[in-house]
Parts: sequence; structure tokens; C-alpha cells
Amino acid sequence: MSEAVITTDKLTKRFGDFVAVSEISFEVDKGEIFGFLGANGAGKTTAMRMLCGLSIPSSGKATIAGFDVYKQTEQIKKNIGYMSQKFSLYEDLTVLENIRFFGGIYGLTDKQIKTKSDQLINQLGLQQEVKKLVVSLPLGWKQKLSFSVAVLHEPKIVFLDEPTGGVDPVTRRQFWDLIYDAADRGVTIFVTTHYMDEAEYCNRISIMVDGVIKALDTPRKLKDNFHAANMDEVFYELARGAKRSE
Amino acid sequence: MKQFVIFIRKEFAHVLRDRKTLLILFGMPVVQILIFGFALTSEVKDARIVIMDQARDAASRQIISKIEASRYFEVDKTVRSNQEMKEALKQGDIRLAVIFPANFNYDLVHQNDARIQVIADATDPNNATTLISYINAIIQDYEADFNKTNNVPYRILPEIRFLYNPELKGAPNYVPGVMALVLMLVCVMMTAVSIVKEKETGTMEILLVSPFSPLKIIVAKAVPYLILSLVNVVTILLLSVFVLDLPVNGNIFLLFAESTLFIITCLVIGIFISVKTNTMQVAMLISLMGMMLPTILFSGFMFPIENMPLPLQLISNVIPAKWYYIIVKDIMIKGLGLGAIWKETLILAGITIFMLVISLKSFKIRLS
Repeated sequence: MSEAVITTDKLTKRFGDFVAVSEISFEVDKGEIFGFLGANGAGKTTAMRMLCGLSIPSSGKATIAGFDVYKQTEQIKKNIGYMSQKFSLYEDLTVLENIRFFGGIYGLTDKQIKTKSDQLINQLGLQQEVKKLVVSLPLGWKQKLSFSVAVLHEPKIVFLDEPTGGVDPVTRRQFWDLIYDAADRGVTIFVTTHYMDEAEYCNRISIMVDGVIKALDTPRKLKDNFHAANMDEVFYELARGAKRSE
Repeated sequence: MKQFVIFIRKEFAHVLRDRKTLLILFGMPVVQILIFGFALTSEVKDARIVIMDQARDAASRQIISKIEASRYFEVDKTVRSNQEMKEALKQGDIRLAVIFPANFNYDLVHQNDARIQVIADATDPNNATTLISYINAIIQDYEADFNKTNNVPYRILPEIRFLYNPELKGAPNYVPGVMALVLMLVCVMMTAVSIVKEKETGTMEILLVSPFSPLKIIVAKAVPYLILSLVNVVTILLLSVFVLDLPVNGNIFLLFAESTLFIITCLVIGIFISVKTNTMQVAMLISLMGMMLPTILFSGFMFPIENMPLPLQLISNVIPAKWYYIIVKDIMIKGLGLGAIWKETLILAGITIFMLVISLKSFKIRLS
């Protein structure tokens, strides 16, 4: 009864002779939290860029929210949210200005922005900080704000590229609460991470090695299949054969 | 459209909140205008001049041949009327006019009161003074030769007029130069840096993932600098008129139109640099070394282009600031209209379109 919002079929990206992503095929369902794992240089970011409509695939098929990644990148952009591994809000703007700007370029009306920003500020407990420049916020808050801004326009899917780099476990846990909230509202989460404890939070995960998806299942099943005590061991088992690295 | 306005508002917030940017943006033109009074002298070779010889006698012909023989001057043509001479000077590449009155030889021999009129294009005062002193030397040289064969000392009095800039003020030279320099710096560097900054901080990725199209992003990033640069033009002109007593002789609207064209040229160059670079330091370095230096060297406002070796003279032709400098001088100082500067305008427009096409091309390559 689940409805697939991301489908890829032998999706490939080549740069000259180098095959960055080789024939990856998978589906992600609505409201699912899908972990996209892989060592550095495995091709995660390239794959994600193709799914976001930032990079045209070399071959294979993919649809995002029902739209084709070759021809309908504009519609895709309206239906997705994105948060990059680099912190991606404007530090010289205030919290409120950032919310207004990103709401604005996604075409939300002033009224929508007003409702959304009130809601968001209450949820994050940022009432005291709305008029402060983002640069003055602690990293954990910045990241939470960044995520909230990425889902401000109620996208069907949100792509998170290593969203929790450099924050402490407590903040990471709080960040994941936000992710669960969004997933409960039906937003599909596509997340890359290096933290194996985070991988455990996902509904399903895929592990990419040298451009190929080597494993794809729920964390529990993966552990069973590899007779591993935790995700760290699963990952190590798969990734140690990798030839590519950054 | 609403998204566009929101974007531009954000862009202004970036500029107006950064004290350093503000200082460069509005402090620099003022400081430059006020300190650029220091004149630079240098030798001038092969200056093109016109001669009006109403005497056509032995003395005038001998002086003309001496002028022709000098390496400083190149006689472009001989003119017959005042009208023709004025036209020649207006073209801008004629630096000097030498006029021999009728009966020159007679006056010299019989009245001992021979006069030569020398009119110099003094929009570039250093150039004009230098050329005048060369002419003086040639005339004195002739005088000495002439007196050797005579017993009575005869005298020739050159009457000198500095055209367009009779007081030889430096301002007519450096105000247009500073305008070119400031606009180049503000537009090229600021645009390049502001776009590359978004790349560096990762916000560019977020923008590219949004439905706001890449082309719109670029235009929206350039518009604020167009507006701020026009503010700078106004500042410089106000300083020039009220502090330096240098009025705008030509049409002010034409001057603004031409300035807008030059600003767009610079913005396009800035965009090109931003497409090609990934860090703010590199963008800044390229803007400074690749743009500022050639602008200072080749625009003609500090170093006379006529003096440079031919390859450098050729290079100077691709420097947009050179053409803008000529245009501003012609409009502001000489008070000329579009008729006199259409060629320069066309060249500037050509450079702009060329840069626009190659930036768009490389921008598209970047995106795929």
C-alpha cells in the first residue's frame, strides 16, 4: 500500500572513463526514512545530485515524486527540499530573514510564510533569537533551523547530505526528532551519513561501495545477514573491499 | 517577479550589513577622487598634430619640416580653416594644432614680431604641457639657426592655448579615470566575490535546488551592484562638480547611459570570473590582478598609450576601461555628443556581448 516516491533503475553517471555511479536501482516509499551510506568517494553525493535534478544522469531511469530526472527537473525542484553538508543558511541574515527568503524563493505567499515561521520558531523554541543574526547561533541550532527551512515549503521528499556533521550526540538526537516529525507528516527523508548510530535510526539503508549499491535492507536484517552485532561491523565488512577513496 | 524582489532585497542586506564592503563601495571613490591629484609626467612620442599654414613662406616651411623631422610629432594633416582645425581636435587623437599667421616670414624679418599660435588638447594636461615644451624647443632651435646667419636678433613668439582645460587642472584627466577604475573595481570584484561566496558557503547549492532558475540567480545577484554603481557615479560627479569645480559639459543623460553600459560590461566580467572560480580569494585575486592592473595600465589615464610598444597598444584595445575613459572625457570635458563617441560605444557594447555569450556558455557547462 506504500507508494514509491523515488524510483531509480540502473541509474548511472560517468565522468569520462570514470564511472562515479554504476547502475543503481532502488525505490523509496512515501514517509520512509532512507539512509544512503557509503565511504568517501563511493558516489553518494553524485547519486544525490542526480536525484535533485542538479546533474543529468549518463544513463538509466529515475523518477522523483513522479517526475523524470531528465526532463522535469523544474517540477522536481518544487517538490523537494535539500540540506547540504555545508551549513547552508545566510549567516549575515537574521533567523526570520532566512525563513522569509527561502519561503519567498519557493513561492510561498506572505501569509503562508507568516504562519510557517511562527510555527517553526515555536517548535524550535527560537522566540528569543528571531531577530538575531544566524552567525550568533550555536551549530546545533543552526542545523535544526537549516532542516526546518528545507521542509518549509512542505516538499514531498527532503534530501539531507550529512546533516549532522560536527555536532554532539545529544543535539544529533534532537535533530533526529525533527526528522521523525517530518516523516510522520508524510515527508520522505533521504539521508546520507557517516554515523552508524544514525544509520540505525533509518527505516531502510543502502550501502554504496565504489559506485555500486552492495546492500539494501532494514538495519536489523542487514545485521542478521552479516552476522554482525551492529551497523559498524556491517559497514566495515562491505567497505573494506573498496578500491576508491577520496 | 516577487521572488526576484525578495532575492534582490536579500542581496542588499548582504551589502549593507558588511562594513568592509560598504567602506570599499562608498569610501573608495571619495578617497580616490581626492587623492588622485598627483600628476604623472612622462615623455610623449609621435603625438599626432595638425598644422594650419596661412603664411606658406620660407620661414613657416622650415619650421614645419623641423616639426616633421622631430620624433615627438607626427603631422596628421594640414588644415585650411579654423573650422577644419576644430573638427580635427574634436576627434580626440589630435593632440596639438600649430597655426602660422599670414605674412609670418615678413613679420619675422621686418617687424621682428613673428607669432605662432599653438593650441593643445589639454584634457590630458601632462601630455599637453610636455608637447608644448617640445614645440617651444623646436621654435627656439629654428630661431637660433635663423639668427646665426643674421646680425639682428629676430624673435618668434609662440602663443599658446590649452584647449578644453585652460588652467591645466589635473581633474579633467583623473575624474574620468577614477570613474572607470571605481566602477571596474566595484562591479567586477563585488559581483564575482558575492557569487563565489554563495558557492563557498554552500548556499548556491540550495539556490540551485530551489525552483528559482540559475539565470535568475545570476541576474538577481548583479542588479544590486548595478544600482550601487550608479550611486557611485552620482557621488563622483557631485564631488567633481562641487569639490573640484569640474562641470559636466556634455549631456548628463548620455553620460549616465554610457556609464550604465560600462557597468554592465563590468558585471558580465564579474559573472564570468565567478563562474570560473570556486573560492573568494581566487575570485578577488583575479579581479584585482586581471582587471584592476590592466585598467590602471592601459586605460590611458595614468600612462599615455601612445608611448607604449605596439603589442601593448594593441592589448589596450581590449580593455573596456580604455573606451569608457575616452567616452567620459569626451562627454564630460569636451562636451561632445553621441556623434563623437559612437565608435567607442559600439566597441564597449561589442565587448559586453562577447563576454556575456562566453559566460553563459561556461555557466551552462558548469550546470550539467
